[in-house]
Amino acid sequence: MSVLVYTESLKGKFKKNAFEVASYAHKVAQELGTTVTAVAFNASDDASLGNYGVSKVLKVSDESLATFNAKAYADTLAQAAKAEGAKVIILSSSADTKFLAPILTAKLTAGYVPNVVEAPESTSPFVVKRTAFSNKGFAFTEISSEIKIIGVSNNAFGVMENNVSASVEDFNPSLNDNVFSVKSAEVDRVTGKVTIADADIVVSGGRGLKGPENWGMVEELADVLGAATACSKPVSDMGWRPHSEHVGQTGKPVASNLYIAIGISGAIQHLAGVSSSKVKVVINNDPEAPFFKAADYGIVGDAFEVVPELIEKLKEFKAQNA
Amino acid sequence: MKILVCISNVPDTTSKINFTEGDTKFDTNGVQFVINPNDEFGLTRAMWFKEKQGATVHVVTVGGQQTEPTIRKALAIGADEAIRVNAEPKDGFFVAQQLAEVVKNGDYDLVIAGRESIDYNGGMVPGILATLLDMNFVNTCIGLEIDGSNATAIREIDGGKEKITTSLPLIIGGQKGLVEESDLRIPNMRGIMMARKKALNVVEPVDATPLTHDQKFEKPAAKGPVKLVDAGNVGELVELLHNEAKVI
Repeated sequence: MSVLVYTESLKGKFKKNAFEVASYAHKVAQELGTTVTAVAFNASDDASLGNYGVSKVLKVSDESLATFNAKAYADTLAQAAKAEGAKVIILSSSADTKFLAPILTAKLTAGYVPNVVEAPESTSPFVVKRTAFSNKGFAFTEISSEIKIIGVSNNAFGVMENNVSASVEDFNPSLNDNVFSVKSAEVDRVTGKVTIADADIVVSGGRGLKGPENWGMVEELADVLGAATACSKPVSDMGWRPHSEHVGQTGKPVASNLYIAIGISGAIQHLAGVSSSKVKVVINNDPEAPFFKAADYGIVGDAFEVVPELIEKLKEFKAQNA
Repeated sequence: MKILVCISNVPDTTSKINFTEGDTKFDTNGVQFVINPNDEFGLTRAMWFKEKQGATVHVVTVGGQQTEPTIRKALAIGADEAIRVNAEPKDGFFVAQQLAEVVKNGDYDLVIAGRESIDYNGGMVPGILATLLDMNFVNTCIGLEIDGSNATAIREIDGGKEKITTSLPLIIGGQKGLVEESDLRIPNMRGIMMARKKALNVVEPVDATPLTHDQKFEKPAAKGPVKLVDAGNVGELVELLHNEAKVI
């Protein structure tokens, strides 16, 4: 009857979103008067989940699952849900989790609501608030199935410490060979760089930067802030930057604490995609750019002067606050 | 190779979103509907398979009669036949169940759907469909090659990409990258004329129960005015971000 949570790890280490979904699961478990059970694959520090309210960790140790496999992971979660009698399953919004969630939904005939931004509005009926229309609105969605799956939006609920002592149990799913009919041949992951999904701060450039050769200052600003770099749709369409950096309605959503837009005018599609960011800063030489209406802070000025200056000021700030 | 492209009829990306009937319904008044962008990248990739590898391409949508202009557009772009399941889509599970019936009856080798629709953003239809039918599934697909019954797909992951090998029958959740923005096609007059003669088969829905229901909608809270910092005083921005916004 516990609340089940899938806590993601990468190379044995829990991802930040694992602690956020654990925190969310703890909140739901409190409301339902039950406890949280996590499922972790090949993680090394399972007991650390206790800091975020997890009472029990089902530890899966299987070399064949070292690389993410949506079908196998979904199968494992379905078996864990049955073993625990779980009626609520909490997931993150990572690319991997959004891959396995619909598979799990079909296996358990469980209603799935992704992009959830708050703790449930009520648990009977079970209603959650989520983004809809690509962040141009919110929906209050009721889940009517016996088992309910919630996908928590990145950085929406936050990480909350709730110290409990977590017991760790080995869990051995029984997996059919056909789960490996979709096989990972090669993973090409940028290392040493913050991803847009995980970043607290995102620095983004638009057409106002005039060409790909001018991205050095965007990257330097991102470096100083420990931020991820992103770009607007036209920039990715023109091939100045890779598609993976395109943020907006048809690109990636951004839900960082701070979003800095440089030379981005702020088309409605772009603003929708970044609207979940908590604080938005715009730097643009056109005071009429629509982004100024959506931003918290703005500088009207030439990016080629403002950004290098900002980098200097931030370096000074970092030096003083180190 | 027989391909089915699943198409969602969605508000144009520039649409302003409003709600009606006590905020329980999306207000379609004055809204232009289009092929869901993620689906359009898939449809365009399907056209490539048709032209280079002799594939047959069908398109399907689940929706009322008002969705026909959108599905006709897919025919004008070059799909061979269209199917409309005559039902209002209730949730992702309901839609996947309708599509499962279409896929079973049509004996498709490859089903291309979008990663998510840009209206309700469920992102679940292709994955549920694949699982109901026990077909292989790759999500957030940004590249796809088919050789006989073997498939190589590139999947976008957080912070990179992954190459995946699998086989037909296959379902993908596609997005930009399957083809480039510049590859997208605008139907020409000949395409539009030909589309009128192509079959648009209307089928009745199967019994299916949705698992979720949107009770009500809300628009984001209005934003306060922007605080402007003088371009000659960039240090003030650093101070505001530290002391006021507390984000650095």
